Amino acid sequence: MNSAVLSIVEPEKGLDMAASNTAPVPSPQLREPEAARERTPFETLLRAVLLPAITFGLVLLGWTIMQAAFVPAFPDVPAVWNKAVEIFSDPFYVYGPNDMGIAWQVMYSLGRVLGGFLLAVAVGIPVGFLIGSNKTFEQAWLPLIAILRPVSPLAWLPIGLLIFRAVDPSAIFVIFITSIWPIILNTAAGVKAIPQDYLNVARVLNFNRREMVAKIYVPATLPYMLTGMQLSLGTAWMVIVAAEMLTGGIGIGFYIWDEWNNLSVPSIIVAIIIIGCVGIMLEAGMGFVRRRYDYTSKKE
Amino acid sequence: MTDRHPVLRISKVGKTFDTRSGSFEALRDVALTIHEGEFVSIIGHSGCGKSTLLNLVAGLETATLGGIFLDGILVDGPGPERAVVFQNHSLLPWLTVYGNVRLAVDKVFAGRKSPAERDDWTREMLDLVNMAHAADKRPSEISGGMKQRVGIARALAMEPKVLLLDEPFGALDALTRAQLQDSVMEIHARLGNTVVMITHDVDEAVLLSDRIVMMSNGPAAGIGEIHDVALPRPRRRLELGENTDYLAARSAVMRFLTRNRTDKVA
Repeated sequence: MNSAVLSIVEPEKGLDMAASNTAPVPSPQLREPEAARERTPFETLLRAVLLPAITFGLVLLGWTIMQAAFVPAFPDVPAVWNKAVEIFSDPFYVYGPNDMGIAWQVMYSLGRVLGGFLLAVAVGIPVGFLIGSNKTFEQAWLPLIAILRPVSPLAWLPIGLLIFRAVDPSAIFVIFITSIWPIILNTAAGVKAIPQDYLNVARVLNFNRREMVAKIYVPATLPYMLTGMQLSLGTAWMVIVAAEMLTGGIGIGFYIWDEWNNLSVPSIIVAIIIIGCVGIMLEAGMGFVRRRYDYTSKKE
Repeated sequence: MTDRHPVLRISKVGKTFDTRSGSFEALRDVALTIHEGEFVSIIGHSGCGKSTLLNLVAGLETATLGGIFLDGILVDGPGPERAVVFQNHSLLPWLTVYGNVRLAVDKVFAGRKSPAERDDWTREMLDLVNMAHAADKRPSEISGGMKQRVGIARALAMEPKVLLLDEPFGALDALTRAQLQDSVMEIHARLGNTVVMITHDVDEAVLLSDRIVMMSNGPAAGIGEIHDVALPRPRRRLELGENTDYLAARSAVMRFLTRNRTDKVA
């Protein structure tokens, strides 16, 4: 796993872009203040492993003390560990439509996220292009987007249920709403940020409309699109948990709610950790794709 | 020189911009004929409309009055037969050096050359500007001078009838600039292109040009004087320092530019 995923810099940089509609200026990577002397690769690795290990150790210690001294109702560390072993010993069991292993729960959730996300990509990128390249379109649509964007996507869940009268499409609909705004806004910002120089090159070469889109607009905007997609996917993974708590059925979100009803707190803690790990993997995957195509920071 | 075929004719061209604070007449009555194989520099103070003139020739902007004719045909838009080397290189950052040149080659020679021939032509052009070694690098990985070399290769690859250079060396340091000027002279000697160059550097204009077109200050700028540079080619910058023709050309241009400046103030 790429360690850049676990740094604080990139998500914040991304959030800045989402928060404002101004063109994100690719900034040089922030670096740690330079150390007095070079660290050997071994030392670097040691720090990368040891420092987080100490933090995790402290959290476990604090948890144990808190549990023993103040909140005896809370499960202790061994209880959660045993639950985790139990859950992971058979992650793929199927005892019926509402009782499946943890891996199935995660996969159902991922499926909904992927469905809504891909729909948002399919709709958001063309719309972003229109808004970025056409002043009339921008003026017509931006106010609507400005109103809808700050709304919690969960507010759309009843409307989804009303329209689709089924749980799965409604959850996908909520993820679609979650994902679409950053994709639209980042794509539009990317189109607006295309320098006149590139367009002049294309004009001298007499590019037609299709070549213009394929050879200038899309590659020039790609890093912005991918930034929007990375933001969307991260948020979508957060929203799906809440959405599934409301819709029920199968999925990691409902699993947590179900375990709460069973008063099985250790299962909930295990699920939280699983959600976090899946989130890291989504982030890392999308981040890898984004960096792969980010010509703005490609310097070796 | 004048018995050669006139490639480019700028005929009574005027350009007026509509701005928010009313209209602004940038150019008035500009007339100039450029012959095949000629290297012409256009020099003037900043804001004199020399870049506007180049954009008109390139077709990136349209003349308000008059017309520009390439081989007798009215220019009514940009095209690869008037390739431009832009001041800030304008390479596409997501393509390699090779990819940037190949993009132009693929478009201009579509249907006329096979992919293998286009590959050969692209590499030949990179070789011409001494950039073959960096073919697979991206623009962000090479220096400013190298980027401009690639920009020149891309423009030359279009086999333009007129090569337009828009202050091509303006953003470079003095040493790199001198190297590139020598390269451009070499290429011009070898290929015999017709070149129009915008510059504000007197020495550069004298060193490279057959004719120097001096523009008066705007608004309503026009051609003030034209100086023929009689220096024989190949020219070597080190030997020119004491050459009387060189010094004469240099002082003619300097005189014009200085007079124009004082005229403006008075």
